[in-house]
Amino acid sequence: MTFSDFMFGVFPYMCIIIAIVATTWRYVTDKFSYSSLSSQFLENRQLFWGSITWHYGILGVLTAHLVGFFIPKSILWWNMEPVRLYILETTGFVLGLMALVGIILLIIRRFSSSRLKVVTSNMDKILYTVLFIQVLTGVLTAIFYRWGSSWYSGFAVPYLWSIVELRPDVALVDNLPLTVQIHILNAFFLLFLLPFTRLVHMLSVPIKYIWRPHQVVRWNSRKKILGPF
Amino acid sequence: MEVRAQVSMTFHLDKCIGCHTCSVACKNIWTDRKGTEYMWWNNVETKPGTGYPSKWEDQDVYKGGWEPKGKSIGLKVTDKFRGLANIFHQPHLPTIDDYYEPWTYKYSDLFDSPAGDDQPTARPVSLITGENMDINAGPNWDDDLSGSEIYAKNDPNFAALSDSEKEALFEIERLVFFYLPRICNHCLNPGCVASCPSGALYKRGEDGIVLLDQNVCRSWRFCVSACPYKKSYYNWSTGKSEKCILCYPRLETGQPPACFHSCVGRIRYLGVVLYDAEMIEQVASAPENELVDLQKEMILDPHDPEVIAQAEKDGVHFSVIESAQKSPVYKFLKEWGLALPLHPEFRTLPMLFYIPPLLPVLGHVEKGNYNVDVENYFGSLDKARLPMKYLAKMFSAGDETKVREVLEKLLAVRMFKRAEQVDDIDKAEVDKMLEKTGLTPEMCEEIYRLTALPTYEDRFVIPPMHREYVADALMGDPYSFKAEAGIGGFKDRPERGL
Ligand code: HEM
Ligand code: SF4
Ligand code: SF4
Repeated sequence: MTFSDFMFGVFPYMCIIIAIVATTWRYVTDKFSYSSLSSQFLENRQLFWGSITWHYGILGVLTAHLVGFFIPKSILWWNMEPVRLYILETTGFVLGLMALVGIILLIIRRFSSSRLKVVTSNMDKILYTVLFIQVLTGVLTAIFYRWGSSWYSGFAVPYLWSIVELRPDVALVDNLPLTVQIHILNAFFLLFLLPFTRLVHMLSVPIKYIWRPHQVVRWNSRKKILGPF
Repeated sequence: MEVRAQVSMTFHLDKCIGCHTCSVACKNIWTDRKGTEYMWWNNVETKPGTGYPSKWEDQDVYKGGWEPKGKSIGLKVTDKFRGLANIFHQPHLPTIDDYYEPWTYKYSDLFDSPAGDDQPTARPVSLITGENMDINAGPNWDDDLSGSEIYAKNDPNFAALSDSEKEALFEIERLVFFYLPRICNHCLNPGCVASCPSGALYKRGEDGIVLLDQNVCRSWRFCVSACPYKKSYYNWSTGKSEKCILCYPRLETGQPPACFHSCVGRIRYLGVVLYDAEMIEQVASAPENELVDLQKEMILDPHDPEVIAQAEKDGVHFSVIESAQKSPVYKFLKEWGLALPLHPEFRTLPMLFYIPPLLPVLGHVEKGNYNVDVENYFGSLDKARLPMKYLAKMFSAGDETKVREVLEKLLAVRMFKRAEQVDDIDKAEVDKMLEKTGLTPEMCEEIYRLTALPTYEDRFVIPPMHREYVADALMGDPYSFKAEAGIGGFKDRPERGL
């Protein structure tokens, strides 16, 4: 087994398995620790710029990756017209840039206030580093290897599916540029980090809020209790 | 009609001496942990004053509570879609600086400083960062500062007054203040519960206590904004919100909450009331001038056979119904009409009711003597140092007649007892007052007893909480110690997540 066989054929499985097992474990044994650990209460102004740009950027980019992953044909079909390709590429690039600016602002914010230092764990520092590398390599790829939306669907997506289908096809990514390779490996590493950091907060998107009634009442047991009256 | 039970409260403001024993009792039990130092689940404010957090009553800034939307109401701070869009940065969240930065003193300096000519001092250090800090705000920072240009003058309730009326209040002869102890109101239409995207907050069906499940809280922090009374707090260390739990572990063992138990002025009353849960939305969406009356109307008569029958059908234990029949809250609120909700216009239907204070009257200095000139006994209400408008802004959404009604009754009881015990006033005058206020001599006597001479058992009529029905399901290790078990996290240590 070559080094790249290991990195692209085995490492992803290690990350995925650990992510699934550990996330479940953490959820079952320690629900208390599931939290976005908001620090807005200690610092409000810088968070506005950082958190908003970061989240809208990263969620947009993430959605694009997922759409490409699940329906790659849709991207290839969309890109048939050059104009539409430009629109998609520009949108993607802007979102990526937002994420990059956002994460930089968040990192600066973390270390510019002594109050925030108190609530910044070592895991936070690792997470910021890994997220920064991820977004940076993503943006660099967009700059130097143009029309990524098309070749993502052509090369990366088939590779990702080969992982899902348990027949990893390392040849698909073996010859991609180093930046792209780092981007892919770092993504798996992020998956590995998920259960060990505050990233778990993205799994608890409270979408149920939209249809749940406003008021919540919990009963111990509710039954008719007939008394002496 | 759907009958539910609610553990409800009354605070008699004339009796509060502003000693803060309640606040300290609560703090020592519940909020002496890291991340909670700044929280005062019970706090006592000086009115007029800005309160805690600063100017909390100004909902243009804090966006707490509900506002009319169409035929119904909606939360001010968020709605279901805005809530999700604003989740990454919540535009109206108060920050620690709206409360105050908690601190301690470096006492070790008193011992460890090298010998010298000066006394060593213990410098204040932040309980958040551990760094030296200057203290410029703190708990009860405006305590007793009723004439203050910085604090009292910025009281949001003065919005109802004209500038000249406001100016007049700061004349030295008019200076006046009273205390306003506050805890979570355990509302019937709580903003905190409605705003939580995760559904972490809930009202207990059996007794109406509003709790926050910390295992479900994900730090979206909307409850902090949506509670107009600012009684849901964010623990910056654990990343979870926390709030007053009405000492439910004490209630479940038949003891009143710590702030009630320790109250030096004995101003606090606790008892269960029955209410009609089907009316909640209708009452909360009513026009402002009907809010107080409708909220009273939804509280049901626990002696009414129809109510009792329905209560039993709806699962209210008969022992709780019995308890509701003896509730001092029911007496003050419904039988005597002496209690009013704080800021009903926030529309959360608070279940803590206040008996407003009889204020000292205005006087003038003549030949070195301080004189008050009141022609008739009710007349003194017009000469009260704080205008009725101010009290009305706090306790009846601006309707002065409601506050006046209560104060007239309080005066009538005083005069009735004075005529009886000191015998220096005209009995006919007293009879006129009773007639006007609708009180009977028996009622006056009862009000007097429950106000001035109540025993522990009179003040706290705690319904049986019937934990035997759920004990097995919920019981963790009953012998676990502080900080080994979380509030609401029965098995887990309350530690900050990774
Ligand atoms: C899926 C929906 C998501 C929601 C609702 C959400 C919500 C939040 C919230 C409320 C905070 C706390 C902000 C504060 O301090 O007040 C936060 C912080 C954070 N989120 Fe998200 N998030 C989501 C997705 C993501 C994703 C996909 C990532 C990264 C891949 C991410 C990374 C972070 C990071 C790194 C922070 C820390 C920011 C800081 O305090 O410096 N989030 N998120
Ligand atoms: S006072 Fe605030 S925290 Fe308490 S129940 Fe009402 S809305 Fe919720
Ligand atoms: S303990 Fe009682 S008298 Fe003292 S401040 Fe609190 S409510 Fe008022």
